[in-house]
Amino acid sequence: MSLAKRIIPCLDVDNGRVVKGVQFVDIRDAGDPVEVARRYDEEGADEITFLDITASSDNRDTIVHVVEHVAEEVFIPLTVGGGIRKIEDVRTMLNAGADKVAINTAAVFNPEFVKEATDRVGSQCIVVAIDAKQVSAEGEPLRWEIFTHGGRKPTGLDAVEWARKMVDYGAGEILLTSMDRDGTKIGFDIPLTHAIAEAVSVPVIASGGVGNLEHLAEGIIDGMADAVLAASIFHFGEFTVHEAKQHMAKRGIEVRL
Amino acid sequence: MSLIAVVDYGMGNLRSVDKALEHVARDGQEVRITSSADEILAADRVVFPGQGAARDCMRELESRKLIEPVMQAAKEKPFLGICMGLQVLLAHSEENDGVDCMGLYPGNVRFFGKVLNQDDPAEPLKIPHMGWNNVNQTIDHPLWQGITDGSRFYFVHSYYVDPEERSIIAGETTYGIGFTSAIACDNVFAVQFHPEKSATDGLKLLENFTHWDGK
Repeated sequence: MSLAKRIIPCLDVDNGRVVKGVQFVDIRDAGDPVEVARRYDEEGADEITFLDITASSDNRDTIVHVVEHVAEEVFIPLTVGGGIRKIEDVRTMLNAGADKVAINTAAVFNPEFVKEATDRVGSQCIVVAIDAKQVSAEGEPLRWEIFTHGGRKPTGLDAVEWARKMVDYGAGEILLTSMDRDGTKIGFDIPLTHAIAEAVSVPVIASGGVGNLEHLAEGIIDGMADAVLAASIFHFGEFTVHEAKQHMAKRGIEVRL
Repeated sequence: MSLIAVVDYGMGNLRSVDKALEHVARDGQEVRITSSADEILAADRVVFPGQGAARDCMRELESRKLIEPVMQAAKEKPFLGICMGLQVLLAHSEENDGVDCMGLYPGNVRFFGKVLNQDDPAEPLKIPHMGWNNVNQTIDHPLWQGITDGSRFYFVHSYYVDPEERSIIAGETTYGIGFTSAIACDNVFAVQFHPEKSATDGLKLLENFTHWDGK
């Protein structure tokens, strides 16, 4: 009996619609964020993360309405990320019903923004999202750096040092994505996850690379993550969140069943 | 019309609490977010949420002149404290180098870090205590009705209450150490976790509150 490790399904939202092919056989509208979120809640998701990938700034309000509608019907913690650049963005999302806001690129270009945001709304509401890529050559000690623009642009920032700095600036949680593993389905970057989880005093969410249920367990057991985030294995109906938790429980991990 | 007042003192987002209460409220019950002393005093039930630092919470309550009406409500009608709305009911908090709180109950609000850092360095516990943890019901109470003992609720906090009067403890949780996660005294029930974010069991607790006569 203790704190459960969390499973967090992540939904990409474009112009207010869930994209990346959520496929549930018995769902009326797989593009409706409310319906998909409700479904994940019923399956036992511990939280839900929305990543706004809307490109046009004209349509940025749509994610606000999405959060409002989901928060009226789904009573588990909601995190929103994507395009959070100003303190007003943070406030708007929290007022719409988000419990946490994930700051990614804006933290890299303006670290003070993280300080400002945590001062204003509290550390518990601010997740710093870190996109990291291995930069050490084979045979060298492992090293990862922060990349922006979907993993295309290097920043020269060491991932472990950056994570520590963001926690010093008040981040209440770290959402760590391996850009080497994202979309590969070959499992989390375990050494990266372990290095960050060990380096910081706040919870770490592992992300990027989940292809099966054992990968989720590895992120917790070997990576020492506090939570695991996955998208496609749940969206395509390969596994339910409940099945994922049953597998984790079998591996001796404390989960909310 | 019966009124459930949700006290707004500018600390944290009350929308989730409001929506969750509306979800479970019965016909004839209205849920209203308010910072009006009159409305708080006139309400049939009062929900006292809160997020953020103890110092800011006390300062906001003072500047809005809400300490008296909230204390009054806590003495006479069904009253539900949530998160900071539990912590500031105690006498004193260790947060922000020490803050005097409302003092309805003797006791302190303590920081997790002081105890947790001594833990097994192989797997140190993270702060904030964030996520779903078990709540062991230490007493029978109308607000626990229909909720299995040991059910998990959603927590996010770095400080915990340590009441002097052990008889007011209604629920306990373990995170490195055992701590008080719910208290009950007369017409007051207050919890460290977030029922509005705790799925079915959280909604059940809120529903129980909408029925509760405070006895």
